[in-house]
Amino acid sequence: MAKLTGRERYVDDLSIGDHLWGATVRSPCARGRIRSIEFGPGVDWSKFTIVTADDIPGRNAVFLMEYDQPALADDRVRHVHEPVVLLAHPSRDVVRRAAKLVAVHVDPEPAVLDFCAPPTSDQIQYGDDNVLKHILVEKGSVEDALAAAPIVVEGEYFTGAQEHVYLETQGMLAYVEEGVVVILGSMQCPYYVVKALKPLLGCDESGLRVIQTATGGGFGGKEEYPSTIAAHAALLALKSGRPVKLVYDRWEDMAVTTKRHPARIRHRTGVDETGRLLAQDIEVVLDGGAYVTLSPVVLSRAVIHAGGPYACDNVRIDGRAVFTNAVPFGAFRGFGAPQAYFGLERHMDVVAARLGFDPAELRRRNLIRDGQSTATSQTIRDGVDREEVLDLALRMAGWADRRGEIERRNAADPLVKRGLGLATFHHGAGFTGNGEVMLQSVVHVAGMPDGGIEVRAASVEMGQGTTTIFTQLAADRLGLDPDRVAVAQPDTHRVPDSGPSVASRTAMVVGHLVERACDDLRSRLGLDGDDRGEAVSAAIRTWYAGADGAPGELVGEAVYVQPAHIEWNEETYRGDAYGAFAWAAYVAEVEVDLRTCETRVTDFIAVQEVGRVLNQTLACGQIQGGVAQAISWALLEDFHWKDGAMQNAQLTNYIIPTSDDLPRIRVAFLEVPYEHGAQGAKGIGELPMDGPAPAIANALAHALGVEAGRIPLTPERLLAELNRRAESASGGERRVAS
Amino acid sequence: MRPQVHAGDLPATGPAIEVRFRLNGAEVAVEVDPAERLLETLRYRLGLTGTKEGCAEGECGACTVHVDGVPANSCLILTFQIEGRDIQSVEALDETALEPFLAGGATQCGACTPGVVMTASWVVAHPNLLQTHRIRELMAGNLCRCTGYDGIIDSVEAALPGAGNA
Repeated sequence: MAKLTGRERYVDDLSIGDHLWGATVRSPCARGRIRSIEFGPGVDWSKFTIVTADDIPGRNAVFLMEYDQPALADDRVRHVHEPVVLLAHPSRDVVRRAAKLVAVHVDPEPAVLDFCAPPTSDQIQYGDDNVLKHILVEKGSVEDALAAAPIVVEGEYFTGAQEHVYLETQGMLAYVEEGVVVILGSMQCPYYVVKALKPLLGCDESGLRVIQTATGGGFGGKEEYPSTIAAHAALLALKSGRPVKLVYDRWEDMAVTTKRHPARIRHRTGVDETGRLLAQDIEVVLDGGAYVTLSPVVLSRAVIHAGGPYACDNVRIDGRAVFTNAVPFGAFRGFGAPQAYFGLERHMDVVAARLGFDPAELRRRNLIRDGQSTATSQTIRDGVDREEVLDLALRMAGWADRRGEIERRNAADPLVKRGLGLATFHHGAGFTGNGEVMLQSVVHVAGMPDGGIEVRAASVEMGQGTTTIFTQLAADRLGLDPDRVAVAQPDTHRVPDSGPSVASRTAMVVGHLVERACDDLRSRLGLDGDDRGEAVSAAIRTWYAGADGAPGELVGEAVYVQPAHIEWNEETYRGDAYGAFAWAAYVAEVEVDLRTCETRVTDFIAVQEVGRVLNQTLACGQIQGGVAQAISWALLEDFHWKDGAMQNAQLTNYIIPTSDDLPRIRVAFLEVPYEHGAQGAKGIGELPMDGPAPAIANALAHALGVEAGRIPLTPERLLAELNRRAESASGGERRVAS
Repeated sequence: MRPQVHAGDLPATGPAIEVRFRLNGAEVAVEVDPAERLLETLRYRLGLTGTKEGCAEGECGACTVHVDGVPANSCLILTFQIEGRDIQSVEALDETALEPFLAGGATQCGACTPGVVMTASWVVAHPNLLQTHRIRELMAGNLCRCTGYDGIIDSVEAALPGAGNA
């Protein structure tokens, strides 16, 4: 309710004492040596706090996976808008205008801006080939199978960058209190900020306290980048001795923060006349941008999902993330899988067309059955009927009849063309392979003196419903009224590290830890599983009464334990990549007006098996929101780059859909409980990002006969494709838009 | 691209102007810089932080307030322009009228929500608009990145007079 009434406090709504406002001065070009920093004339710079790399007390890096990304560039810059100088001043308006009067002079060096082109020797900036990470997945023998296959179909697919456009821009507030640096702000991973700032500030965990404030959307965009802003706010607070608020405006947020990695996906697929997949030879290349960020893990997820939900005995997936001088790319809902899936699922329609198959039929014949294995040789035995998922989606769409009806209408209508497209896919929940073991997530459930409980975890609420889900799980586990359950605000001095709020892991993995911490609390009280509700509350009150005012707290704890069925080999990339997958089939119907080449999605069906649905409203909201974001990525979100800089970093010309641009998104769930997820749940947050883009591209190919191999499929791109086709058909005459 | 700024512009763009208007039922008087926008006056001068800055260029609607009863983007209004006008911000909305939005999945992260409910409350108060416009059209000035809009549209429907909730 606080969100509805405007009472919820986001970081920019906070005011701590007489705080200063921060601003960031950035690199004007993509690569080069910093020659000088010039503070413009006519400004009394003594009224500003000024921070450069020289003011960093510890190591100049924002650490997550590697120490490669400086908090502030010192001798050289590797991407446009790289932070170089920080300013703080009592006036928000003054500091923002003053930042434009500081010039960073750079001697340019050759930049890499095309991730698909091999770098020249003077462009090498990482290792000896600019490859940030290389991953190879192999199963069977692809070359032999391709040589023997009666039909081989090749394809090349491209996906563009995507900006998160969470409605709350990023921001942090930092101050120093009794020697402790306190950071408040919008973030998904409080302990990532701790991890990054310890070496930077040269302090330990006791000298640093990170508190998540209400977070207005994340989608991965507030996974790693908040550490950079936190570092900047902390440096300004330390130097000025005053609280400092550093909040980005929309232009800055869009231009400088991480985005979805652009990708090129290539397929060589061997099939027989019955439509059976004999070989999948897949190449995935991601634009890694400047600095490693999370690109190796994004690549990992892309590669693991690239073969899809299909049983194929011979698979090779070769993945590379390459360094470029683009603004760093990072986490974004789906984390590489949407890129891989655009290539795969668009390609499946191309294969179907070559065979003369209905796209649904080709998929049906190859969907994994229980006992068969994925590309990483993970045997699937989860009791899910993947054909049932497909069938429900086809039934809801009236697939075969509707395809026929559309084709008849298209033949009669010269101006408006319709198409129906499908994608079947899966998404692994939680960290990959042994990732959850490395995280060693911890959750506490504390008994409170009044007989209630408090769930303590670092998993954040960012709109996806963490607070509601944790409350519901703890209340159900102990038979308490939800009013007796509080969920602590993530504060690294109060809550244990339950891991980052990413990777569709919060409800499934951390939620299960909440349940186990409840069990631990109950057993510490000497109760057994049958004791619920008031019996638990009474025992908690008795415990505090017995403690007789002595210090100490009643805390139940749970630490992550890997389910016994998971076996993963990081070297060979073979084994159980994820404890559980969600499975889905999405259908999109589109309508294209040939006068404008504008595409409207007129119907959308999202069917998925996600384990137990914990909360219908929240789950439905996750799916609908994810589908909307993916429709937008497929059709609207077009980056205009110039020398590595985003030229359209405004909502005026970087378009996301309004309520009037989207259809009602029809959602259906199938539920097969997953025994290691909270109440049987599997992760759902990222799943809906994977399927819509290829379903829409397939629908456009159905409508127009275009290749639709590159997204976003903007009117300009569709017109170019139609022109090309008309040109080749008529021997050179151009079709023009009328 | 961002406008070039010259050193002479700092620190202020001109002498302060006194502006009087009605805000959530009370008369207020503020002294503002001529370039100050209503959004900034509400948030940073008057402490009414319910009104959000999403884009600062009239695209997202997170800063929607009512000016003389009609929704408007407060980021596009210079404060001196509202002399003598009647402004309502999200803080003035009746909480009970917002119940359908809570139940209907209209809010996830909440950053667009104050703007959404300001527009929605205007639609609900003027149901005749629906004779000529669809809810999806009327709500198109408020961008939401979380819900895909179905939750918002359903909630507006549920809040309309006669829907049993209003």
